[in-house]
Amino acid sequence: MLAGLLLLLICQLLGEWIVLALGLPVPGPVMGMVLLLLGLVMKQTTPDWIRSPAEGLLRHLALLFVPAGVGLMVHAELIAAEWLVILVALVTSTVVTIIVTALVLKRLTRNLKLDTREERP
Amino acid sequence: MSSFWVYFAAKPLWWIIVTIATFLFTSWLNRRVGGTPLLHPVLVALSLIIVLLQLTGTDYDTYFQGAQFIHFLLGPATVALAIPLYDHFERIKKMLLPILVACSCGALTAALSVILVAWALGASEATLLSLAPKSVTSPIAIGIAEKIGGYPSLAAGLVLITGAIGCLTAPPLFRWLKIEDDAIKGFTLGLSSHGFGTAYAFEFSTLAGAFAGLAMGLTGLLTAFLVPLLIRLLGL
Repeated sequence: MLAGLLLLLICQLLGEWIVLALGLPVPGPVMGMVLLLLGLVMKQTTPDWIRSPAEGLLRHLALLFVPAGVGLMVHAELIAAEWLVILVALVTSTVVTIIVTALVLKRLTRNLKLDTREERP
Repeated sequence: MSSFWVYFAAKPLWWIIVTIATFLFTSWLNRRVGGTPLLHPVLVALSLIIVLLQLTGTDYDTYFQGAQFIHFLLGPATVALAIPLYDHFERIKKMLLPILVACSCGALTAALSVILVAWALGASEATLLSLAPKSVTSPIAIGIAEKIGGYPSLAAGLVLITGAIGCLTAPPLFRWLKIEDDAIKGFTLGLSSHGFGTAYAFEFSTLAGAFAGLAMGLTGLLTAFLVPLLIRLLGL
């Protein structure tokens, strides 16, 4: 459990270092995720001591967004002035994004499945 | 009595307890009303906490002194997304090209549509620039907003609201578009609603969660390059 948590933190630290050294616009933890994934792919398995702390954190992922969300209070004035514009823009854009993404992926994977079926007689 | 309050409020521990207890309460509440994203535990919890801070005259910095210990766990939790990704690695490898194309289309749509709609409705420039990275996971959105001249903390909040809107609108949209594959559902949720959508996708299945995590990571990477470029092209 503890060793797994340590590994997650080390991956994050290495990620932060790589991002800093190469001047990438990506946050360190995302790079850390890539590093851990590469490690798992090379090792071909996920030992329990990594899995249990990782799944524990992911089970409570939603809680971790609360502190940042409370930060909205700092912008109360701006939100009060432009809340309608913000809401309309967010809802419209989110709906359009969901439709575009789902349809593109559905269309492309349908072709993919057809291709594999054609390859297999 | 007021000095007693000051003593407790100054302790970081107090705001950690408040945050976790409020979240447990709102999660329980959400289960009671049948899990509707309209009363998403995160949105209700942060509203309650903002009200509490206002009532007690506490500023955000004081709150964050305690809450930062919870916020900090976002880092290792993001790294932990590698586990479900690895579990579904074979499926992902098979779908690599469709995934990359869908991710580019989705990330471009997300950034461009929100900028255009807000601009057409006459939003101020700071709002516009804080809206641009809304589909990206908070830590990346904060970085992008800083880079292009929006308000980082506003961007982080708008990201959360986008997440809730995505979780709210996705299920009826999936029914309408006849999307039945959990991989597609998860990927769409992760792309449009980042970590919020990923947490929601894990409630469908771990396959949906893995694809959501993948989409969240890819979209973050892509948008971090894309949005600064888009802003320059649009001349903002």
